[in-house]
Amino acid sequence: MVRFERTINMPEKILESFNVKHLSILDEKGDTDESLMPSLSDTDIKMMYELLVLSRTFDHQALNLQREGRIGSYAPILGQEASQIGSAFALEKTDWIFPSFREIGVYITMGYPLHMLFQYWSGDERGVKTPEELNIFPVCVPVGTQVPHAAGAAMAIKYKNKRKAVAAYFGDGGTSEGDFHEGMNMAGVFKLPVVFICQNNHWAISVPREKQTASKTIAQKAFAYGFEGIQVDGNDIFAVYKATKDALDKAKKGEGPTLIECFTYRMSDHTTSDDASRYRFKEELEAWKPKDPILRLRLFMEKKGLWTGQYQKEVEGRAKEAVDEAVKKEEAIEHPEPKDMFTFTFEKLTQRQTKQIRDFQ
Amino acid sequence: MPKLNMVQAINLALKEEMQRDKNVLLLGEDVGKDGGVFRVSEGLLEQFGPERIIDTPLAESGIVGAAIGMAVYGLRPVAEIQFMGFIYPALDQIFSHASRIRSRSRGRFTCPLVVRAPYGAGIKAPELHSESTEALFCHMPGIKVVVPSSPYNAKGLLLSSIRDPDPVIFLESTRLYRSIKEEVPEGEYSIPLGKARIVQEGKDVTLIAWGSMLQRALKAAEGIDADIIDLITLSPFDEEAIFKSVKKTGRVVIIHEAPKTCGFGAELSATIAEDAMLYLKAPIIRITGFDAVMPFSKLEDYYMPTAERIKKGIQEVMKY
Ligand SMILES: Cc1ncc(C[n+]2csc(CCOP(=O)(O)OP(=O)(O)O)c2C)c(N)n1
Ligand SMILES: [Mg+2]
Repeated sequence: MVRFERTINMPEKILESFNVKHLSILDEKGDTDESLMPSLSDTDIKMMYELLVLSRTFDHQALNLQREGRIGSYAPILGQEASQIGSAFALEKTDWIFPSFREIGVYITMGYPLHMLFQYWSGDERGVKTPEELNIFPVCVPVGTQVPHAAGAAMAIKYKNKRKAVAAYFGDGGTSEGDFHEGMNMAGVFKLPVVFICQNNHWAISVPREKQTASKTIAQKAFAYGFEGIQVDGNDIFAVYKATKDALDKAKKGEGPTLIECFTYRMSDHTTSDDASRYRFKEELEAWKPKDPILRLRLFMEKKGLWTGQYQKEVEGRAKEAVDEAVKKEEAIEHPEPKDMFTFTFEKLTQRQTKQIRDFQ
Repeated sequence: MPKLNMVQAINLALKEEMQRDKNVLLLGEDVGKDGGVFRVSEGLLEQFGPERIIDTPLAESGIVGAAIGMAVYGLRPVAEIQFMGFIYPALDQIFSHASRIRSRSRGRFTCPLVVRAPYGAGIKAPELHSESTEALFCHMPGIKVVVPSSPYNAKGLLLSSIRDPDPVIFLESTRLYRSIKEEVPEGEYSIPLGKARIVQEGKDVTLIAWGSMLQRALKAAEGIDADIIDLITLSPFDEEAIFKSVKKTGRVVIIHEAPKTCGFGAELSATIAEDAMLYLKAPIIRITGFDAVMPFSKLEDYYMPTAERIKKGIQEVMKY
């Protein structure tokens, strides 16, 4: 019997590989890479700047009010303004937005009434009723659970053949929840018009980003679900805007979802109930200070002749006025009535609820 | 003996049990470096290290699912869910696995797991931070549900829960965490699960409460000759203690902060009606939270059963 000997050679094949890109356009000194600059008029840029200042003013005032006991526990956005305003600036009012709980800048950019935001944070649920002309959902407290909603709304848009898109906001911590992965997967499978915006602010309460996931970036998680992920400098409003605008255009053309990781930093405590000095070093915070998103845009505008000391005074003045006005308006609203707690359980009260309401009379 | 609040008492229980048994470990969100958002695990990371005090990624299903894996392997995990309102992602793990591993392996595998969660309203926290959905877990065979009402009890009950051979949901009232101090001995003592505590003896009416509602029941009963039962373990609950009291008083008021419909009071009321009906002099009354989504903080005080509402309930049964 003849035995044939043959060498079998089966080299491993590379089936797929991916590269994770990082986009930045505006540096800390206020200089830009002109080749990457998105098309924005001077008016647009000023509007962005004014929204940044307004959001920071709101944030600051909310912290003051919390300290005075005038509102409840509050989740500040300090440091994350460019991630929020830059992305929301690319959205249209007809797009749908599913935020988490730290998105005051997104609400403000979309034109949500300021006094209603204070109302929400002061524990009055009448503040959650989004005005008719906006499609922004109320604050989502259970982390990550809004992600599949965004996929579902995007399925509806696709089904109805509309030229709209959906944006879902969440944090680095949110990417550990099962719902995040289920929503992302659906979006990939059905090639949905949705943009996932992760504000990687490096902390989920006391848990640092590197203990949240062993992945090098959050952006790369998209590739496992069959679509593109990109990391952007989250303190660079032009980069955030450009990435979001491109992703929205792509979504609206039917070319599927995108994950945008905004690389930023939570400059304050997790909420007013937290004390970050228990778990993170001051040096880290200090290192992020020069990367401030507002300072950077200001330097850019100054070089372009769009910013002067006088302009700054006006912008700050207008922001303060708007915020003070909103606080006054909110505080003048009468206390909710106890029976309000029943009103929106169902369209109509149940027999039992009708009886229970009598307890308040 | 040191006077401790409930946070300190639970901390002490964890510490002593971890010293006694190397198989006990704690996992959850922010339990390590931060010591837990309520500081229940303060200092434990320093003492026991990151292999036993585990800061996990933000994933409740993962936390409980992993704790189940540890428990079936032979460890004694204590999983912390940051607030009861965030336990829902883990319900599949609790309902489909923790509750039935003993049963579906015919006793070959068991799940000695404790899931701790702060629960309840009263600290003006944001949405979903004030839930009191204990009845969900009581409905599920194979899960024990324990709700301590004081620091002393919290320590003794946590020791029993960790040593218990079956899964226990251990609910800690956020309102009680720092509001009462009590003498809590160091060292060994445990309080049995499944046994109610008679807090006060009386003959006119039986009040049944647990967790943070016990304080309000006590207040409402001032000047009334009431038997007050702190149920402690809701599942399995101490039927005998209830019957004994009902036979004496013939009148029952059940108090809980969860909504009325299908709240645990319904089970208690039905049990009394089934087995002690002939001893009743008056209808059983439930004073509870309302059938509404737990409101935001501005209406929180209106939602919670107050001492006045409980008093009205007592007056109602006393008419008979
Ligand atoms: C399901 C769920 N688990 C736990 C919490 C408590 N919690 C609120 S915010 C938070 C951290 C969130 O981190 P991240 O997603 O990074 O968002 P960030 O707070 O940084 O904006 C935690 C654990 C929650 N709200 N929901
Ligand atoms: Mg974060």
